[in-house]
Amino acid sequence: MSGPNTNYDPVEPAALDPRTIDEAVASALSAVAEAGSLEELKALRPTHTGDRSPLALANREIGALPPSAKAEAGKRVGQARGRVSQAFAARQVELEAERDERVLAQETQDLTVRVARRPVGARHPVSLVSERVEDIFVSMGWEIAEGPEIESEWLNFDALNIGPDHPARQEADTFYVAPTGSGLVLRTHTSPVQVRTMLDREPPIYVLCPGKTFRTDDLDATHTPVFHQFEGLVVAEGITMAHLRGTLDAFVQRLFGDGIVTRLRPNYFPFTEPSAEIDCQCWICRGQDPSCRSCGGTGWIELGGSGMVNRRVLRSAGIDPDRYTGFAFGLGIERSLMLRHGIGDMHDIVEGDVRFSRQFGMEI
Amino acid sequence: MRAPVSWLRELADVPKDATGLDIAADLVRVGLEEEGLHGGDIAGPLVVGRVLTVEPEPQKNGKTINWCTVDVGEHGQRVSEGKAQEIVCGAHNFGPGDLVVVVLPGGVLPGGFEISARKTYGHVSNGMICSAAELALGEDHDGIIVLSELLGAEAAAELAPGEDAIALLGLGDEVVEVNVTPDRGYCFSLRGIAREYALSTGREFRDPAHLDVAEPNDDGYAVTLADDGPLEGRDGCDRYVARIVRGVDTTATTPQWMQKRLTQVGMRPISLAVDVTNYVMMLLGQPLHAFDLDTLSGSIGTRRARAGEKFTTLDDAERALDPEDLLIVDGSDTPLAIAGVMGGESSEVSDSTTNVLIEAAHFDPVTVARSSRRHRLITEASKRFERGVDPAVTAAAAQLAVDLLVEHGGGTADTGVTDVDHRVPSPPFTFDVTLPTRYVGLDYSRDEVLATLQAIGCEVEERDGDLVSVLAAPWRPDLTDGPELVEEVARVRGFDQIPSVLPQPKSAGRGLTHGQRVRRTVANTLAHQGLVEVLTNPFVAEGRFDELGYAADDARRLSVRIANPLSDEAPLMRTSILDTLLDALRRNVSRGARDVALYELGLVTVGSSSPQAAPVPAANARPDDATLSQIMTAVPTQPRHVAFAAAGDVERGGPWGPARRVEAADAVEWARTVGRAVGLDLAVVAARDRAPFHPGRCAALTLPDGTVVGHVGELHPKVVAALDLPDATVAGELDVDVLVAASGTPVQATQLSTFPSAHTDVALVVDEVTPAAEVESALRRGAGETLESVTLFDIYRGDQIDDGKKSLAYRLTFRADRTLKTGEVSALRNSAVASAVSAVGAVQR
Repeated sequence: MSGPNTNYDPVEPAALDPRTIDEAVASALSAVAEAGSLEELKALRPTHTGDRSPLALANREIGALPPSAKAEAGKRVGQARGRVSQAFAARQVELEAERDERVLAQETQDLTVRVARRPVGARHPVSLVSERVEDIFVSMGWEIAEGPEIESEWLNFDALNIGPDHPARQEADTFYVAPTGSGLVLRTHTSPVQVRTMLDREPPIYVLCPGKTFRTDDLDATHTPVFHQFEGLVVAEGITMAHLRGTLDAFVQRLFGDGIVTRLRPNYFPFTEPSAEIDCQCWICRGQDPSCRSCGGTGWIELGGSGMVNRRVLRSAGIDPDRYTGFAFGLGIERSLMLRHGIGDMHDIVEGDVRFSRQFGMEI
Repeated sequence: MRAPVSWLRELADVPKDATGLDIAADLVRVGLEEEGLHGGDIAGPLVVGRVLTVEPEPQKNGKTINWCTVDVGEHGQRVSEGKAQEIVCGAHNFGPGDLVVVVLPGGVLPGGFEISARKTYGHVSNGMICSAAELALGEDHDGIIVLSELLGAEAAAELAPGEDAIALLGLGDEVVEVNVTPDRGYCFSLRGIAREYALSTGREFRDPAHLDVAEPNDDGYAVTLADDGPLEGRDGCDRYVARIVRGVDTTATTPQWMQKRLTQVGMRPISLAVDVTNYVMMLLGQPLHAFDLDTLSGSIGTRRARAGEKFTTLDDAERALDPEDLLIVDGSDTPLAIAGVMGGESSEVSDSTTNVLIEAAHFDPVTVARSSRRHRLITEASKRFERGVDPAVTAAAAQLAVDLLVEHGGGTADTGVTDVDHRVPSPPFTFDVTLPTRYVGLDYSRDEVLATLQAIGCEVEERDGDLVSVLAAPWRPDLTDGPELVEEVARVRGFDQIPSVLPQPKSAGRGLTHGQRVRRTVANTLAHQGLVEVLTNPFVAEGRFDELGYAADDARRLSVRIANPLSDEAPLMRTSILDTLLDALRRNVSRGARDVALYELGLVTVGSSSPQAAPVPAANARPDDATLSQIMTAVPTQPRHVAFAAAGDVERGGPWGPARRVEAADAVEWARTVGRAVGLDLAVVAARDRAPFHPGRCAALTLPDGTVVGHVGELHPKVVAALDLPDATVAGELDVDVLVAASGTPVQATQLSTFPSAHTDVALVVDEVTPAAEVESALRRGAGETLESVTLFDIYRGDQIDDGKKSLAYRLTFRADRTLKTGEVSALRNSAVASAVSAVGAVQR
């Protein structure tokens, strides 16, 4: 604050009086502090910072002062205006923050209200398991082969060493295509794809054949006339049953969990020799629970059939059995699905009720 | 096949403490899968009782129950209350004085059924009088067991009330049931199962066929084996043993032990002669037939049936014979039996029979299999013959039957023994003893391999080096080649010993094919749009094509018919997926779902008006190329389709606004989205005449070259009505194979311009019937390459334009490698409009 102007005449204008300026500043600061909203603050601006405000008027008077007084008066007025404008800016920030907070609070939405305009879709779990299995084998360097569902008898039976009089042919519960002698059936297994593959290409062959298969079983809790299988086939030089077992072990570990192993039991299938039933260690109880519902307490779950490709099958497909050996296995998808997901009734899988597929979503 | 443990013990050295479970485990190891364990699950008190009184009491429900008192010896109420046991019984096949089997309170019947005193029909019933079924002795539910009938009057006379019936009926004896695979026909006998048990455990096997067999001579019954139509070069019968027992009392009761064993293996005791033949079959695996000698005309022969010949089998069915059926005939050429399958009524042993001729023969498996299948007659005999019966056991089986008839029927055996033996010895084959190691991937020494071959009954002649000559045991006709012997070697050591080695493909795989990936994308795209995948059975009814409104000449009526459908109502294979998918839609709606959108991906059948039969050439060699090609072309074309169907709301209503019903346009969008997902921009073309769709609400989806991918739209109201679907159900079906073929070419990316785009709007008035797609493509053609997009943002119909017209408002967006000037944009817009004017007669508003 400067002292009284004594070396100047006439006396400096009233507007530049330090007291007047101090009062103007105090008045502005107090008004700003009391402004409760951005609107109020805005309304104060003409009074305290506008052209007719005391400080603006004071500023205008500076030009009339003698040069010796200008600097000091200018400094005084400048500082005063600075304080007022800072106060406005600070209050502006405060009020904006308050407003933003209020607006965000007002914009609150109840996100617990479900806005399900479009229903969610789903894949069928049989498809998902099938794709999962395909991916497992593809990751091991295998390929996926496919064939028709209405198939020739020769490929479905004869080429697989199930001759016209073979007991297995009578037990196969086959759907035959009319008329008698058409030579066509609904394939009873995906094994004809094996033969198609072997007819098509030279070993080494590593293929998985997934697909739909048919038997004349009435639909009940555990049977369905239309079901899905996947069949694995490897034909190359030096293939052994140890390779079969290694493949099955690798597969069940990838699908059912680390450490799960398989067990082979002697069995009979016309298209393999030797033949083996495949059991898989129970992935629910791992053989630890005598009352396990999945495995019946045995610790093992029956998965399907397997064996070394019968030499007659290799010959039917034009492959030299003295040079090449191979193994094959076949597993049911519905069965794996029922066991893996605790599905109690086949009806749910085949009846096309959307509630069933919806339980699984898009990944299994 | 069921094997009672007590019977098995006679044939093999089973350890005393071995349980049924242990034996089953030993059998599983060598490939006889356990089917079940029976017996041994019964707990007393189960006693012999003598019925004292029977008071019939009619009930309100129409039944009559019997209020009985039974003497059960020093048990039950006699001990606790000093009176006879009081029991309510629903059966009526007994009376006072009969000896019956009574389970007293505290007893447990098979299946864990615990018995206690309980109030029923106004009485307290203190236990139960048992039927054969309740004791798991058989399936007979007709009445309760009357011991004099079950055991015979003589045996029953020695029984006293209160005696333990568990021991009496052998109910404490466990029975192991195993599944016999088709290659092990010999295991349809106790002899075979005992042999496998011995093989698995290394314990001693006692062959029940080792018995004193009378030498054949020329004094026996005359038998002539003839076959003018051998199948596959083999005679229908290569061995026939005939033995005669005279003066047999065929009404004599079969001894209790034999009845018990037959019951345990699941057969019903019938009469002495029948029981003896069944018993021998169960023991040795050789089916026998007993003829009433006095009905035969002096000799027996075999021949193939004549065309048109008929024969009535024991089951009272007259059967039209086929020239491939092998018959047993007597001297006057009268058929006596279909060989190895079933006998006839005329020569059946009856109560008046005194002289019995026992047939033990070896029939050709193929002949029996075909007869069995042809006449739909699967008998205990046919089951064994078609899998192969030991041709060396024939005479022993006949001998055992003769011995049993003599012993228990009081007969005398004729000294004449007929044994016509035309067997052709099966040739030995060469086997490489290193094959098991190479095939299995586990080391088997030469000694181990040879020991196994001998253990399974093979005769092995060692030759130079690794090659040996093997003659299979006569009961193992399945052993003809190296790998079959490999299995024997592997199973005797144990399949559990086989190591686990993951094979590595020498060349990397190619991953999923383009088609396989496209299929997944199609399925996932639909699911992501809110549709739910289902799988339906592909069988359809004949009337379905009418219901779908197919024209008489619609190619989709041509299908493939199943000769033996599960239901006569659905004998055809679907020719489109909608054929069966619409049923799934209806099922969901009938279960209360209002808004349903589902889809299915699968094969359909393309029928042929002139289907060719697929040849069925011999196996074991690759068919020649011509035959192979015939086989492949005879298989109907089965393209892969995807179909979807939806009804109800496609967008749900709620706090956010009203629901929106699904409409044909949604189906179009689903299809187009599927196309875009695989990189194809499918064009939409109105289709007026495509069943099963509404003629004004159907579109074809096409490729740029015009190839039709499929159709979508709203179903025709008649189809909706015929299939009982919700109103305005929409649907669509696309050929996935076409999508696969059309896609997969790598997209060539265009470089993106970073200059700003320019928009301009245009409203065009066109006839109501003009498809929007045509207007749009005209705009595109006129606008040229700088056009980035065309968006229809409004359709106006109303006062400001004429009736029968509509105004389509489009926004055109242009972008070039520079900033477009206003004048340029106007020129492009004018060019676009001019194109629409000339193509569809549009008038700019």
